[in-house]
Amino acid sequence: MSKSNPTDRLYSKDHEWVKDNGDGTAVVGITDYAQEMLTDIVFVELPPVGKKLAQGEPMAVVESVKSVSDVYAPVTGEIIAVNKTLEETPELINQDAFGEGWIAKLNLENVAELKSLLNAADYDALIKEEKH
Amino acid sequence: MKKTPLYEKHVDLKAKIIDFGGWAMPVQYTSVIDEHNTTRAQATLFDICHMGEIEVKGPQALNLLQVALTRDISGQKTGQVRLSTLLNDKGGIIDDLTVYKIAEDFYMLVTNATPRESDFQRISSILDNKKFDCKLLDISDKTGKLDLQGPCAEAILQSMTDADLKSIRFYSFVESKVAGIPALISRSGYTGEDGFEIYAAAGKIGVIWDKLMTSGTANGLKPAGLGARDTLRLEAGMMLNGQDIMEDISPLEVPYSWLVDWKKDFAGKAALMTIRDYGIQKKLVGLVMTGRGIARHGYKVMSGSREIGEVTSGTFSPTLNKAIGLAFVDIEFAAPDTEISIAIRDTVSPAIVVKLPFYKRQRQ
Repeated sequence: MSKSNPTDRLYSKDHEWVKDNGDGTAVVGITDYAQEMLTDIVFVELPPVGKKLAQGEPMAVVESVKSVSDVYAPVTGEIIAVNKTLEETPELINQDAFGEGWIAKLNLENVAELKSLLNAADYDALIKEEKH
Repeated sequence: MKKTPLYEKHVDLKAKIIDFGGWAMPVQYTSVIDEHNTTRAQATLFDICHMGEIEVKGPQALNLLQVALTRDISGQKTGQVRLSTLLNDKGGIIDDLTVYKIAEDFYMLVTNATPRESDFQRISSILDNKKFDCKLLDISDKTGKLDLQGPCAEAILQSMTDADLKSIRFYSFVESKVAGIPALISRSGYTGEDGFEIYAAAGKIGVIWDKLMTSGTANGLKPAGLGARDTLRLEAGMMLNGQDIMEDISPLEVPYSWLVDWKKDFAGKAALMTIRDYGIQKKLVGLVMTGRGIARHGYKVMSGSREIGEVTSGTFSPTLNKAIGLAFVDIEFAAPDTEISIAIRDTVSPAIVVKLPFYKRQRQ
């Protein structure tokens, strides 16, 4: 069973989460549901710090034993930090997708974009639908 | 999609189901890595009912197979299994299949799922042409197959059969019963571990599955899907038909030259001799990533800025804890220890050519 989706952040339809730090920056990762679908993450390719990404652009790559999946930037911004620990221990995403398994931190370029994302309840409904 | 007789069991076990060549097959039940590691340490059970079985029966069954297959099986004894390739007229591999000698005039061919019909047509046309006294029968739909693989496989299966499993050598089989169901038990598999391939009537294979799952639990038995089957076979350096081997590839370009017996005549030999005499241009090799990233099917192989080949299979190896793969490379780069690189998305990452297999089990 997936862990419940925390209400302190927003979600994309592509199963990324964004946590607004309230200081113009946000942390991004993939959801617990996403890691459960991928299973056994064995490799993560992180974006370079300083890279500017538009909302919906490929930001990182997450590979399981079987598959390669893009992680998309859920909001427009510039990468200001990445979770280097994932290079050695990509399974952190499986273990703690909403915490230790965060992927990148970015400067929010357009706060209005956050409105296009889902809240936890809407995201719950989305994955419930996908499971059927 | 076609379903095996065990499909409902996979659904009940909450397996993730994928389309594998038109078959609805379980790719994983819990996690590929867990199922992989369980196979190496204890045992797992695979539904392999999608594979094909063709009977060759009659006084000249051997004559037909000697002409159809590249391998000389004249020395094969009843109760033995042999691997062979079946070629088209261009010397390309239609299938790599196993030959079970059940009696002097009775063989069973076990084919891959996808080329099953091509195999049947190819051998039928050879039979029509040569008019040997024997018959071909595709028994795939009424035949079920389970693979029980791993170091605990023998202990698990022994409690359910009167056959003396210890006396069955690798690539040999007996006809016996499993859980009271008539079955053919073969010591073989596609994982690089000890284990058995079990054949029984499609309508009864579920009984064997259930009994194995129940009685095997004490020995750590778990069901495993095609995901683990793929990582296991790749570690063992085994090729996957349709992915590493294709109809435009000859046995000389992949590690299957040993399946070709030049002293006899076989279908596709003339073309294969031309390929041999002309010299092969590319070869399938093993590779290990020395840099970051995982080589995947379809990625380009590079030497500097020159493109020298393509990856056919690639994964992260759970046993070796590194990224491994198979790739076709231009012949001058095929020697072990050759440094190559793999184009992964927008970068290139170094890799090295290695001898196969990647993994070899410790034999007792």
